[in-house]
Amino acid sequence: MSSGTFGRYGGQYVPEALMPALEELEDAYERYVLDNEDGFVDEFRERLRDFGGRPTPLQPAEQLSARYDAEVYLKREDLLHGGAHKLNNALGQVLLAKYMGKERIVAETGAGQHGTATAMAAAHLGMPCEVYMGRRDTNRQRPNVFRMRLNGATVTPVDTGRGTLKEAISETMRDWATTVETTHYVIGSVVGPHPFPAMVRDFQSVISEEARGQVRERAGRLPSSVVACAGGGSNTMGAFSAFVPDEGVSLFAVEAGGASLRVDEERGVAPNSASLSTGSEGVLHGARTKLLQDADGQIVESHSVSSGLDYAGVGPELAHLVDEGRVAPVTVDDDAAVEGFHRLSQEEGIIPALETAHAIAWLEDATPEQLGDCVVVCVSGRGDKDLESVVEETAKRDVPNAPDMDVFRGDTR
Amino acid sequence: MSRIPEAFADGPAFVPYLAAGDPDFESSLEYVESLARGGADLIELGLPFSEPIAEGPTIQGAVVRALEGGMTPERFFEFVEALDVDVPLVCMTYYNLIYQYGRRASRGDAERAGGGAASGAVGEPGPEPFVRRAAEVGVDGFVVPDLPAEEADPLREACDEYDRDLVFVVAPTTRGERLERIMERVSGYVYVQARLGVTGARADVSDQTAASLDRLSAWDVPKAVGFGISSGENAREVVTAGADGVIVGSALVDIVAEGVETGAPVEETAARLEAKARELKEGALAGEDVTGSERT
Ligand SMILES: Cc1ncc(COP(=O)(O)O)c(C=O)c1O
Repeated sequence: MSSGTFGRYGGQYVPEALMPALEELEDAYERYVLDNEDGFVDEFRERLRDFGGRPTPLQPAEQLSARYDAEVYLKREDLLHGGAHKLNNALGQVLLAKYMGKERIVAETGAGQHGTATAMAAAHLGMPCEVYMGRRDTNRQRPNVFRMRLNGATVTPVDTGRGTLKEAISETMRDWATTVETTHYVIGSVVGPHPFPAMVRDFQSVISEEARGQVRERAGRLPSSVVACAGGGSNTMGAFSAFVPDEGVSLFAVEAGGASLRVDEERGVAPNSASLSTGSEGVLHGARTKLLQDADGQIVESHSVSSGLDYAGVGPELAHLVDEGRVAPVTVDDDAAVEGFHRLSQEEGIIPALETAHAIAWLEDATPEQLGDCVVVCVSGRGDKDLESVVEETAKRDVPNAPDMDVFRGDTR
Repeated sequence: MSRIPEAFADGPAFVPYLAAGDPDFESSLEYVESLARGGADLIELGLPFSEPIAEGPTIQGAVVRALEGGMTPERFFEFVEALDVDVPLVCMTYYNLIYQYGRRASRGDAERAGGGAASGAVGEPGPEPFVRRAAEVGVDGFVVPDLPAEEADPLREACDEYDRDLVFVVAPTTRGERLERIMERVSGYVYVQARLGVTGARADVSDQTAASLDRLSAWDVPKAVGFGISSGENAREVVTAGADGVIVGSALVDIVAEGVETGAPVEETAARLEAKARELKEGALAGEDVTGSERT
């Protein structure tokens, strides 16, 4: 009976008031996105090019190639307008909302990148926009709060729970349940009820479509592996989807290992966000998927040094691909991620988002057999938003490759 | 057998909601029992879930207090067993707790007699063990706000196996085929959501209520209206509009919350709850006096 499933995952677990809106969205997704009715897809591609700056480059990374003794290519989503892959999806959904005749946009955000992308797309297309963001994340990612406001969006801090992405999603669902007749909820990743996981994947799959063509042109072959960080999984699904049928290409989803991979059941905290690696099947935010939960099924608080990965769930399709053995989940802890941040900054002149730094950091742990001789790493976003956090997080630990951070501390106070 | 039909057998039913264990096990027992003394015909008991996406700030607050007070699915069943009330009980919770209980219960219970047709391998999540345990302690039915009809068949089957009712919500936005899908699966009563949005007490009663009741007029299951009802006057209006029952949550939870904030003695809060229950029940009855003759 249930629709929109990937193996045992997916579905539509939402309050009844939202079900008609999901039916309406499913219909719009099929007509406009899948069948290109009224030229939706053409307009989307054109706007991604002219407003977004697509295609993004596939850059050969010379220092990393030497370091790992393989051809390493970086898919530069950090060069997309707004500084992260998130614009692909936000622009797609805001445009779709417009085609559907909706009048208002709501969104949630963790790192602020999705909120920023949505605020930009909404301003670009002339739609009013409200973004919910956990209180803690508004503090961790202040530059993005400013950017959203500058684009005319209302940023509403969420005080429940730990004040991160999980709470922001719940709060946005509450808003949507009240305003569903006129409002579209631009969900920020391949999570939530059907048709969101499939639709967001489709909007993001431009990453791997481009990368697949670019790597064949550059290297004359398909890569041996693709590496991308996974929070909700939109950058991962975007970077993987065109490669999924290519059985010879290994796909690595890098999750936030945080401080530890163990769940502290006593305190209801998972000091990580590794739901693919350590989670179990359950139902959260509209979908059946892999979750960080306690034995009773209460959702536990997640943790990551990067707010964009700090979420207790993950997209249902990614969960399914992991069960099928097509995608390998791996983890990188907070310390290694901070180190990865400094490495890419120094070795390639690219300051990555802390989310992306997880993917970069995993190259250190990967075996030559895992990586093979030709690797594509998705640089999901740039690190400008994280500079304050990096100063703080670097000072907290012994990071062998970091510059002297005291110099910066004075500047930011 | 479910006792839910008794609640609607004579006149409009008053259906209060409280979160079990808010703010702690013992006081919460007092509070729920005081609702029964005040005239509750059926009680919806919330089993708190950490992500209550259908609830507004009032019930969110109750959920946080109850979780902090140590409420768990197993404690919830102990709560129901400890409760001294003589009305039907409906468990209101979110699907993940129902679904996960299977994984947990099947570990120890696998060899216990009558594992149940719906239960999978040891460690498999699924709704049957939860329903079995709920039936054992005397829960008559379930409301699961994040489980639409499309996803509800496994739970519906488990409810059939143990003669329990499964209540669905009909929202102001529900129309056409969706109504039919719900009608095929609902039993006990249908929860008519009075307005769009999340739970929370309001001063007025939405005129969406009458339109929603109209759409359901042919259904032969009692219609109970909830979302935003806060006074006897509201209750009267809702029954006048054709409801068979009145569901009230946030207005009661507000009283518990005030008690917690002011540090009031449990007896005092319980007395206020009983008085509020009486007001709501009387409001519902007053609604019936107007319409009683034309009701079927
Ligand atoms: C730069 C960047 N990368 C990755 C992510 C993780 O999200 P997802 O897994 O959906 O791509 C985020 C989320 O905010 C992000 O900002």
